Amino acid sequence: MDYSGYIALILQGALVTAKLTVMGCALALVMAFVAGLGRLSRFGAVRALATAYIEFFRGTSVFVQLFWAYFVLPLLGVELTPLQAGVLALGLNVGAYGAEVVRGAVQSIGREQREACVALNLTRFQAMRWVVLPQAIVPMLPTFGNNAIELLKATAIVSLISISDMTFQAQVMRAQTGSTLVPFATIMVIYFLFALAISGAIRALERRLTRGLDGVRA
Amino acid sequence: MLWDWSFAISIIPTLWEGVKITILATLLGSVVAAVVGLAIALLRRSRNPLVCKPVAFLAEFVRGTPLLVQLYVLFYVLPDIGITLSPLVAGVIGLGLHYGTYTAEVYRAGIDNVPRGQWEAAKAVNLTPSQTWTRIIMPQAVPPMIPALANYFIAMFKETPLLSAITILELMNQARSIANFNYRYIEPMTMVGVFFLVISLISVFGLRWLERRYGRVGS
Repeated sequence: MDYSGYIALILQGALVTAKLTVMGCALALVMAFVAGLGRLSRFGAVRALATAYIEFFRGTSVFVQLFWAYFVLPLLGVELTPLQAGVLALGLNVGAYGAEVVRGAVQSIGREQREACVALNLTRFQAMRWVVLPQAIVPMLPTFGNNAIELLKATAIVSLISISDMTFQAQVMRAQTGSTLVPFATIMVIYFLFALAISGAIRALERRLTRGLDGVRA
Repeated sequence: MLWDWSFAISIIPTLWEGVKITILATLLGSVVAAVVGLAIALLRRSRNPLVCKPVAFLAEFVRGTPLLVQLYVLFYVLPDIGITLSPLVAGVIGLGLHYGTYTAEVYRAGIDNVPRGQWEAAKAVNLTPSQTWTRIIMPQAVPPMIPALANYFIAMFKETPLLSAITILELMNQARSIANFNYRYIEPMTMVGVFFLVISLISVFGLRWLERRYGRVGS
């Protein structure tokens, strides 16, 4: 049997999966910093808001959030395309996990650094932007990489709200050809290659950001 | 007018049927994950490269691919080679294998955390390898792992809605069938979300208690 047409279909799906992953990660990154720094805010209301966001999105599963975004939001007057619902649910969910990473990394920066900032009369924004964050980014990277892989794997569920991602196309191929091993083995390998690409990229970024820092940090 | 309380209350018994399956799948999946994780962790310590390398790669592969696709493989591919599993069995194996690759890391960290001196002392008093493992290493390695393991079991609980994709009538699937039948999405979907949120918030306190009771790996 000739599978080449179906393999092309799966590759099209791979493109959709890659697009979802990239857009989801972009949203997750923004939310991680907004909510993570929000939890460290001076203002109680901001802290409470950030905590509520983090607990809510970590507490309910991404699957439920996706269905809620897709089926319930339209009833409340927010019409989303399946792709928008997918990016929204994935980004907000993984962003909540990332926020705890940001908070932990920022808090791990030594007291003396903050005191030095006060001594130099930096504003809070300057201290965060030029002193704390540049140091905090490096320890965040490995966990961000894992979060990105979690997001990649979570994209498979968007196939259930009829986005034609890789898993969806594999199901199409299964339904039309009756072959089960070829479609699922193919997409498994592609997902795994994507995951390897993400962890490779993170390692490269880590090397780039720690260049010249040998011996400076423990 | 959007939220209909009487409808919400009327669907509770149906949702409860789903909750039972969700909890059952989580418990069975946790047992499988605990066993599979231990097996992977021990096999990866093997000195035979023909054992530890393939196991390490397989674990890496399972961790890098989506649980949903693995469930499809168990549910659709295995029957083609003569292994037909009931949906629940396939689901439990899928959850257990997937999270087993995560718990393997917990076991690894826990075992590595036992000081070298303990191994050497066990050798010095002439204990056999099995005595060393069961009497010396495991009793010290396991308690600090408990909170981390529990954390993954909670994560697994939150992934159980995926089982609906292989026709298991757990909570999410019951909610979806109610929603499709009555064409009302807001109540069932929201109630499922609230259910998971409440259980998760409770489990946060449970985890803190476990951490106080048993300490944590690496601290």
